[in-house]
Amino acid sequence: MMELVCPAGTPAALRAAVKAGAHTVYCGFADETNARNFPGLNFSREDLAEAVQFAHVHGAKVLVAINTFPRAGAEALWHAAVRDAEQAGADAVILADLGLLDYAAEHHPALRRHLSVQAAAANPDAINFYAETFGVRRVVLPRVLTVAEIAAINSEIDVETEVFVFGGLCVMAEGRCSLSSYATGKSPNMNGVCSPASHVVYAEEGGELAARLGGYTIHRRPKDAPAPYPTLCKGCFTSGAQTGHIFEDPVSLDATELIPQLAKAGVTALKIEGRQRSRAYVAQVVRAFRGAVEAQAAGQPLPKSALAKLTEGQAATTGAYAKTWR
Amino acid sequence: MDLTIGPNQFFWQAEQQRAFYAALAESDATRVVLGEVVCSKRLPFWQAEIPQAVEALLAAGKEVALTSLGLITLKRERKLTADLMDMGLPIEINDLSALQKLPQDREFWVGPLVNVYNDSALRFLARRGATRVCLPPELPIEAVAALCRVGDELGVAVEVWGHGRLPLAISGRCYHARLHDRAKDNCQFVCGEDPDGREVETLDDQKFLVVNGVQTLSHSTATVAMQITALQEAGVSAIRLSPQIGAFDSLVSGYADRLSGKISGQDLVSKLEAFDPAMDLSDGFLTGAFGAEWSAEAS
Repeated sequence: MMELVCPAGTPAALRAAVKAGAHTVYCGFADETNARNFPGLNFSREDLAEAVQFAHVHGAKVLVAINTFPRAGAEALWHAAVRDAEQAGADAVILADLGLLDYAAEHHPALRRHLSVQAAAANPDAINFYAETFGVRRVVLPRVLTVAEIAAINSEIDVETEVFVFGGLCVMAEGRCSLSSYATGKSPNMNGVCSPASHVVYAEEGGELAARLGGYTIHRRPKDAPAPYPTLCKGCFTSGAQTGHIFEDPVSLDATELIPQLAKAGVTALKIEGRQRSRAYVAQVVRAFRGAVEAQAAGQPLPKSALAKLTEGQAATTGAYAKTWR
Repeated sequence: MDLTIGPNQFFWQAEQQRAFYAALAESDATRVVLGEVVCSKRLPFWQAEIPQAVEALLAAGKEVALTSLGLITLKRERKLTADLMDMGLPIEINDLSALQKLPQDREFWVGPLVNVYNDSALRFLARRGATRVCLPPELPIEAVAALCRVGDELGVAVEVWGHGRLPLAISGRCYHARLHDRAKDNCQFVCGEDPDGREVETLDDQKFLVVNGVQTLSHSTATVAMQITALQEAGVSAIRLSPQIGAFDSLVSGYADRLSGKISGQDLVSKLEAFDPAMDLSDGFLTGAFGAEWSAEAS
């Protein structure tokens, strides 16, 4: 069966995910060492130790994301995160930074290392580089590849691959985007946040709701229409005579129907995005995907996705996997 | 501190490229990195210019390096990267996967599209043979200073982004093609219509970004005009100027005059504003609260 890797922003969400059928749960510490550094989210050291124990008792694994890029002069914070993840009994750490990978390989060789999507390793050379240099055992692939490209990559590498199948969708090469810090000063790479809520302002103007990020208008919607969160790259902008979603529509990823193809392409694990989501959301998504991977393993038709209501902006896409934009 | 000219991020006609590098050979730049960094599909249109440009630049006493692509995905792009290693010139890597193609004993430079945020990353790259690193533009001055200290110890020259629209993101998708309702594979090279990128405004007409094929840049032109002293104190060894359309060599001489102390930061800003009155400036990543901020405006 394909491994289902599920998000947990809180210990309660982790328990909910495990009970709903997650094979593996990923989480992070409550600081800037992980790429979902949101207020009220994430794990203390004690939380993590308890969570690992709970997961292991229930036959599930725990991965710890330490996937921001350590700040020059403050690397001790990231080093401590790797050490504490190992001490808590985590099954692997998910890393992105060259320096931190080097550190972990040297100082914590027994701790399994996964390459974060934030490292944006998009071809076999990049993956083989991380595997040969730092002993990385699994790579989370960027969300810009098609199924055919994933299959081709798997034929040239010896490590496992994990791909996103549900949740938010980055359209830029992950870990190589400073759009958010250009507008707000806070970036995924340095601060673990993108388009942070602390810099969002809504204003009612002439029957419309304007959403601004760092003072830049990201979109305007009729007052009573559903308004998606103002994520910068999914904003509505103008260029020349055109107005619209210049980069990406406010859709989110749902690749449920591609699970059989991803399995054939040699993918080991399916990842669900959303550590910022509620435990009810997590439980519902995990249950649906567990059903799907069980059906896939049994060679049965996939259950119809019941997840449309959960996707951002009420619209879902199979993303790059189905190659509609090439 | 001296001047490095980065690879041209935009898609220009072959004649424009030829004239540009001919003028650069006569300029005050110490070194030039050239080649295609944004999109491999552009290369056939101007790659014949590269050997001539290299020859002229070397004859003029410039250091010259060839850049890798900024985002390597396709098989032919991986091959292209491997071929770069046999050109007899230093290579600047702008995608880490180029390291997998680089012979172990070969010295190389690291461009601003590679994430070098901390000591350990810099030490790793130095161990692998890096002798020059242009830091990601996002880094604040404190981080720049910390990395310069490490660079100094390791014998690695540390550069910062000195002038030009900021490379904020790169994608597998082509936004220029998308704006023209075309698929990436049938883009018909529309990014060539916008030699400084295609402007993107907010719904409230705020100048915000520009699209350049698969790359997204800032609308503002980042400049270190007002930060030269701070960069010198931090130990920065070079500032990188990114090509733009127009009499670029006059911009290069403006920065050279600022570095030699012939003109003040404010003089240089006036020069930039005269170069293109529509150009908005920023230096927020280095010293401000956010990247788009401009220190001269705030004060």
